[in-house]
Amino acid sequence: MSSPLSLFVPEPEVRPGGVPDFTNVHIAPAGEVGRPPVDIDPSEIRDMAFSIIRVLNRDGEAAGPWAGLLSDEQLIEGLHHMMLLRALDARMIIAQRQGKTSFYIQHLGEEAVSTAFRKVLKKGDMNFPTYRQAGLLIAEDYPLEAMINQIYANSEDPLKGRQLPTLYSVREQGFFTLSGNLATQFPQAVGWAMASAIKGETNIAAGWIGDGSTAESDFHAALVFASTFKAPVVLNVVNNQWAISTFQGIARGGVGTFAARGLGYGIPSLRVDGNDYLAVHAVGLWAAERARRNLGPTLIEYVTYRAGAHSTSDDPSAYRPKEESAAWPLGDPVIRLKAHLIAKGVWSESRHVQLEAEMLDTVIAAQKAAEANGTMHSDNRPSARDMFEGVYAEMPPHLRRQRQESGV
Amino acid sequence: MTRMTMIQAIRDGMDVAMGRDDSVVVYGEDVGYFGGVFRATQGLQEKYGRNRCFDAPISESGIVGTAIGMAANGMRPCVEIQFADYMYPAYDQITQEAARIRYRSNADFTCPMVIRMPTGGGIFGGQTHSQSPEALFTHVAGLKVVVPCNPYDAKGLLIAAIEDPDPVIFLEPKRLYNGPFDGHYERPVTGWGKHSDGEVPEGHFTVPLGQAKVKREGRDVTVLAYGTMVHVALAAAEDTGIDAEVIDLRTLLPYDLDAITASVCKTGRCVIVHEATLTSGFGAELAALVAEHCFYHLEAPIRRVAGWDTPYPHAQEWDYFPGPARVGAALTQTMEA
Ligand SMILES: Cc1ncc(C[n+]2csc(CCOP(=O)(O)OP(=O)(O)O)c2C)c(N)n1
Ligand SMILES: [Mg+2]
Repeated sequence: MSSPLSLFVPEPEVRPGGVPDFTNVHIAPAGEVGRPPVDIDPSEIRDMAFSIIRVLNRDGEAAGPWAGLLSDEQLIEGLHHMMLLRALDARMIIAQRQGKTSFYIQHLGEEAVSTAFRKVLKKGDMNFPTYRQAGLLIAEDYPLEAMINQIYANSEDPLKGRQLPTLYSVREQGFFTLSGNLATQFPQAVGWAMASAIKGETNIAAGWIGDGSTAESDFHAALVFASTFKAPVVLNVVNNQWAISTFQGIARGGVGTFAARGLGYGIPSLRVDGNDYLAVHAVGLWAAERARRNLGPTLIEYVTYRAGAHSTSDDPSAYRPKEESAAWPLGDPVIRLKAHLIAKGVWSESRHVQLEAEMLDTVIAAQKAAEANGTMHSDNRPSARDMFEGVYAEMPPHLRRQRQESGV
Repeated sequence: MTRMTMIQAIRDGMDVAMGRDDSVVVYGEDVGYFGGVFRATQGLQEKYGRNRCFDAPISESGIVGTAIGMAANGMRPCVEIQFADYMYPAYDQITQEAARIRYRSNADFTCPMVIRMPTGGGIFGGQTHSQSPEALFTHVAGLKVVVPCNPYDAKGLLIAAIEDPDPVIFLEPKRLYNGPFDGHYERPVTGWGKHSDGEVPEGHFTVPLGQAKVKREGRDVTVLAYGTMVHVALAAAEDTGIDAEVIDLRTLLPYDLDAITASVCKTGRCVIVHEATLTSGFGAELAALVAEHCFYHLEAPIRRVAGWDTPYPHAQEWDYFPGPARVGAALTQTMEA
């Protein structure tokens, strides 16, 4: 006799109306996880997929073997970048409400991940990002005005109005053209890295994906190619706990952590505190070093929290408690780096307030400059002619005919 | 009868089907607790439980693949792909599996399922929230393809699709969810509140698959359209004063050849309108059918008005979208031919 089966459908522990409780989330103290040599046998560090590498402790001190890689100047620069990204996001969300753009995606709470990782790459390396890694551009001092031109789809939009706002493409900054279709970039990153190896070059690639998108087949395809060909690639999973309204448990299933997905492929898989600028940088550097030394791929899970809405089309209060963000145990990346710099005696509350104002001014100035080129619904925007260009290297006759018919 | 938006009608259709038949299950990305990014499944999980309405991992191939397995095991899944633009990872499962389960097993197994997908543009969604991939499905033997254009049809067709013994692709023009849209984007947005097709019967009813509907009777020229373009065609007839007969195909596969030929043979002229790209679009099939079946009645060349053969742009949405001006010009040219 067997009893009837029943279906298991995971649910987050709290929904709106409930009290967020993260006490069951095990967070290893800063400095606890060791730093193995980059050429270690992956089978010896399988436990790293279940722990969490952290550098900054509660008192703002840097602790353990992953600390000490960045100078004070570099850390202050990192703070700059995170705050600039945050200021840009805040202004662009307002701009969207004002009708200057149709859509925006922000990074609130996740600023450390992309800004710190960018610093481990070199010129010629290539990122295959998602829409939530604009920090890769900010940390390379890509002009804000160019980003806003794209967001506004104005006459100076480098992508000529063809792409949804924030889906940038900046080859010379190592930023691959963004797709709206999730996960497609992950195997592409592996392929770019394989080409680098085939050609005997020294450049590496970095793939990016969200927690939810790891459910796509493309994620697994990327891992098998990376594993088989030992591609010089860093495979970054940004676990911000949410995929629109869907909590990370739906994509993670029974595996425990996203990092653990890499173990079945024999890929060294590390889990890191994504709200810790120093830890993100240190782990990224370790993985980049492995790739550069032809030791193959590394999978990194960044544990962070999407503190804002998914996009300007989303209202998270419909599916998670408003208080959840504040209760998140890994804190805020800007506040944590600020506390660290103050603890080191190289920063102060007043300098921080001043920098905040400066970052806002910088964004406003770029915004003004971009607005002179038009906004979403103004007259100076990309032309209908631009719509027909660039489908092919050379416009075929049928498209030429259609363009003529359209009268542009 | 009750007043409903198209989203409410779709939700109500699933509600009715789930209430009548325990084997109907609903899932997809964000469709469980939240009720879907367009809120089409809002309240269904609460009403029918997590076993019958739940969030899927972000894996379209997984969503459709598991739905096929469920259908083979006696369920009637009605799954959602968040945007039609994201169906491509599931294309293998849809075209090579769902479509052919019955045929290849000689009905040893069947695949009664519905795949709902918001489709079309008009919301500044750019190239990955605007596509109209219907022709990629009508080209596949074994699939049925439905495109409603109002709340009444949406509910009736959806229930019919869920009850159908074969897989049905159910494309929902997202720009119509909250109101009819005739392409006059510069005018104030109107809701379904005052539209006659916003009146929807309560409870169970069906609109049979495979039947077109004449939305406007006319003598001069037939317009074959579906989805958002039905409203655009009606506006174009209004704007030009041409006495067009506007036919809403409602089901693209199987198509209603009788309705098409009856109208074109009567008017002697035909304009075909769709939002999808022109080349190899469903309009090409319609044009061929009209040429085959109505040739000796035609007084003018068949014309197609469609999206240009480019990816769907973001900023140039209204340059791309085949609005009433372009449809009106085609009507005028067809009359003058
Ligand atoms: C193939 C595909 N399916 C679905 C979507 C719709 N969609 C856009 S973002 C998103 C959630 C992604 O979540 P995650 O991967 O965790 O990234 P995050 O937004 O949290 O950064 C979904 C389902 C899409 N863009 N592409
Ligand atoms: Mg996420």
